[in-house]
Amino acid sequence: MASPVFERVSALLVDKFGVPEEDISAEASFEDLDLDSLDLVEFSLACEEELGVRIEDEEAENLQTLGEAVTLLESKGATVKGS
Amino acid sequence: MPLLEGKRLLVTGVLTEASIAFAAARVAQQEGAQVVLSGFGRGLSITQRIAARLPDPPDVLELDVTDPAHLDAVADQLRNRWGALDGVVHAVAFAPQTALGGNFLSAPWEDVATTVQVSTYSYAALGRALAPLLAEAGGGAIVGLTFDATVAWPSYDWMGVAKAGLESANRYLARDLGGQRTRVNLVAAGPIATIAAKGIPGFGGINEGWSRRAPLGWDTRDTEPVARVVCALLSDFMPAVTGEIVHVDGGAHAMGADVR
Repeated sequence: MASPVFERVSALLVDKFGVPEEDISAEASFEDLDLDSLDLVEFSLACEEELGVRIEDEEAENLQTLGEAVTLLESKGATVKGS
Repeated sequence: MPLLEGKRLLVTGVLTEASIAFAAARVAQQEGAQVVLSGFGRGLSITQRIAARLPDPPDVLELDVTDPAHLDAVADQLRNRWGALDGVVHAVAFAPQTALGGNFLSAPWEDVATTVQVSTYSYAALGRALAPLLAEAGGGAIVGLTFDATVAWPSYDWMGVAKAGLESANRYLARDLGGQRTRVNLVAAGPIATIAAKGIPGFGGINEGWSRRAPLGWDTRDTEPVARVVCALLSDFMPAVTGEIVHVDGGAHAMGADVR
């Protein structure tokens, strides 16, 4: 069962970064999703705006997959408003 | 008095908080400067958001350094704002992936041309566009960023060639703007873990060797030492320095072998 943070992050990738919904999975790497380093910077900023936690540059560097990003966000206390 | 009290500066190349230009803008503000940033393309909205993290969030102008109309528009906006400009930080470079990461021999000319246009020619183009405003300020200073281009590096490929061109362009720009008292200098930084560096596959491999070679050691995450020298070069404390390349690399460039 996908967590609310995973759902929100997935929606963000589909809506703002044009990632096809069927490509989204916890195992999908950012490379698989066709996101380059500039996209990742923008993604980190968008996560901060939507979820209220900041992914630091050095943390972003080590993220390979969507699942890892969600785990990091949750470990930093990310919550989805209204859930 | 703070080092840059009352100085009016344009800082290009701020993308994230890890950007050398971000640290330069921060230190400049702490030292009393007024700062305007520029951003480009997809990165513009990122720069606008990152600008809010500076001590005094600056305005961000759109500037594609390869577009003469953008250069003129930025000059106009700065003229309307301040009437003169005391300093410019050129922290702009780009190479397509085909020109980096081990593709030296296979890179096609069009991609090499892009690399040189954005990373080398833009230095002269920015200098030319802003020269009248710098003259209004009594000369001012231009500071750019290089990565020691006297030797070949792993993966750096055509960006290294572009940086060699930049180092030469620095001398010619210093020659041509010296008459109006504009100082033109580069900072040759050691490797910094920026988005720009991450975009070069295999470039991270030089980081470890760097701290072994540098007598002062080297921290790839600390942009402050580089930013301070950028600000020193923008200040009135280096009035007879131009056409110079200052190495901010822990001393690695001066060693013939590792020191630890």
